[in-house]
Amino acid sequence: MADTIDRTALQQFLLRMGDNTLILGHRVSEWCGHAPVLEEDIALANTALDLIGQTQLWLDYAAEVEGAGRSADDLAFLRDVWDFRNVLLVELPNGDFGQTLMRQFLYDAWASIMLGRLQKSADERVREIAEKAAKENAYHVERSADTVVGLGDGTEESHTRMQAALDYLYPYVGELFESDATDAAMVEAGVAPDPAGLREDYDALVGRVMADATLRLPEKAYVHRGGRSGTMHTEHLGHLLCTMQWLQRAYPGCRW
Amino acid sequence: MYAQMVKSTGKGVKTREEMSEDERAFQDKIDADTKIEPRDWMPEEYRKTLVRQIGQHAHSEIVGQLPEGNWITRAPTLERKMILLAKVQDEAGHGLYLYAAAETLGVSRDEMTEDLLSGKMKYSSIFNYPTLTWADMGAVGWLVDGAAIMNQVPLQRTSYGPYSRAMIRICKEESFHQRQGYDIMMKMAQGSPEQKRMAQDALNRFWYPSLMMFGPSDADSVHSAQSMAWKIKINTNDELRQKFVDQTVPQAEYLGLSIPDPDLKWNAERGHYDFTEPDWQEFFDVIKGNGPCNTERLGDRTRAWEEGRWVREGLMAHANKRAARIAAE
Repeated sequence: MADTIDRTALQQFLLRMGDNTLILGHRVSEWCGHAPVLEEDIALANTALDLIGQTQLWLDYAAEVEGAGRSADDLAFLRDVWDFRNVLLVELPNGDFGQTLMRQFLYDAWASIMLGRLQKSADERVREIAEKAAKENAYHVERSADTVVGLGDGTEESHTRMQAALDYLYPYVGELFESDATDAAMVEAGVAPDPAGLREDYDALVGRVMADATLRLPEKAYVHRGGRSGTMHTEHLGHLLCTMQWLQRAYPGCRW
Repeated sequence: MYAQMVKSTGKGVKTREEMSEDERAFQDKIDADTKIEPRDWMPEEYRKTLVRQIGQHAHSEIVGQLPEGNWITRAPTLERKMILLAKVQDEAGHGLYLYAAAETLGVSRDEMTEDLLSGKMKYSSIFNYPTLTWADMGAVGWLVDGAAIMNQVPLQRTSYGPYSRAMIRICKEESFHQRQGYDIMMKMAQGSPEQKRMAQDALNRFWYPSLMMFGPSDADSVHSAQSMAWKIKINTNDELRQKFVDQTVPQAEYLGLSIPDPDLKWNAERGHYDFTEPDWQEFFDVIKGNGPCNTERLGDRTRAWEEGRWVREGLMAHANKRAARIAAE
């Protein structure tokens, strides 16, 4: 990694990556023991486990770059809403199983392209994390795409539910491709690609899967934004943090 | 033990003279420690008893996800969250092996699920107790998985091949579960005064329900005598309970926690600890559906099954469409 890199920007980038996996992993873990079929319980737990594992790697590095003596756990459990940098998509509630898997696919499709590019990062640590995460993501995206196709092209009820999930979630997709000064600094340093540059591949992948799923992509969906810049979150995030951070907040300074 | 009070024939063990020729040949195989495989001849009651036992065990793994799932979203560190997720994922996997083992006996997973939800089949009484603090994740691993291992280790030698092989895989993972539970207890017992209090409270609440996991004394039970003759039960409930107490007391001492039994003491003559039996009336109440969490646990499973119906139907419909398309090509 170049010494001249803007460390604040790098830390923000790492938080964006780690907060996405942390919040999505948490959401997926909420399903534990309640999936429609046993194999799905196993797959959901496995997905959540991978995402929390990736979180550990991203936030460890974010904490190191920050250099303020904080740990990945401090970042996960002791920040409040305004310091989270995940996209709004991942903090949205699970809804039914279809909505959960649609959200997962919309995220996985982005992650599969992003992680592919990050494997060419100029930053060795980013490269290593991306290599590990990409292997896990390859399985995630295959499974979430298959499930979206299966349910979209299933019964009339499953089709209707999946279309409703897509209509609800799609306005949150655009944020994944927003570029700002942090992204410009990452591009400049060769650490990460410009998010806007991932859109074409993403649209091709999502378009293919939705066609197989017989689902219609909303045209000109509005873009809800603010999560990755930290200027706006949904009300859902605060409740998620209340649950996730409760023990650390109620009994500060303990070892667990 | 994840299967309790499993009924067998209820008629006592037949003498060799009372057995048919097939039954005698079957018993000879069992006595020679030859595994019974799905296509082998077996007495109908052997098959039924195994379905009850393996099914109850599988259901326990599935319902057992819930008390721990209750803390996954509140796990205090990323590492603890990962460990707990891995553990609960293992349990769902154990459920899968066990349902698969039971299916070799001619009953489908869906049928067993319907029987669980209708109350016809049971799951272990232990999962009807709530998990109230983080220390309960420690107590569940240490005591509940500890008691389960006590029973499952001998079941690796059980006479039915698929059940025995499932047990071998399960036991490997269970010992990791117990260690992670004990590790949580250790951190809590060495932690702040509040953490110590949580640890002691968890032990207080889980001690007797853990002893109940082995089931009431079955020294005189005709069901157990038959199951032991068929080697689908290897030890009596009392033997296993004693073994569990003997193993657990020194572990509690090491943690600096007190077992909530004023009459617990080492009996040098017997070479075992003397201890107070759990309140069996409470056990029967829990089995009948009146435990602290029976309604929630079965309600959760019923909701998951019913709300998931459209998913199962949707995926099935898609699979049929695909098969039809491939056939048409």
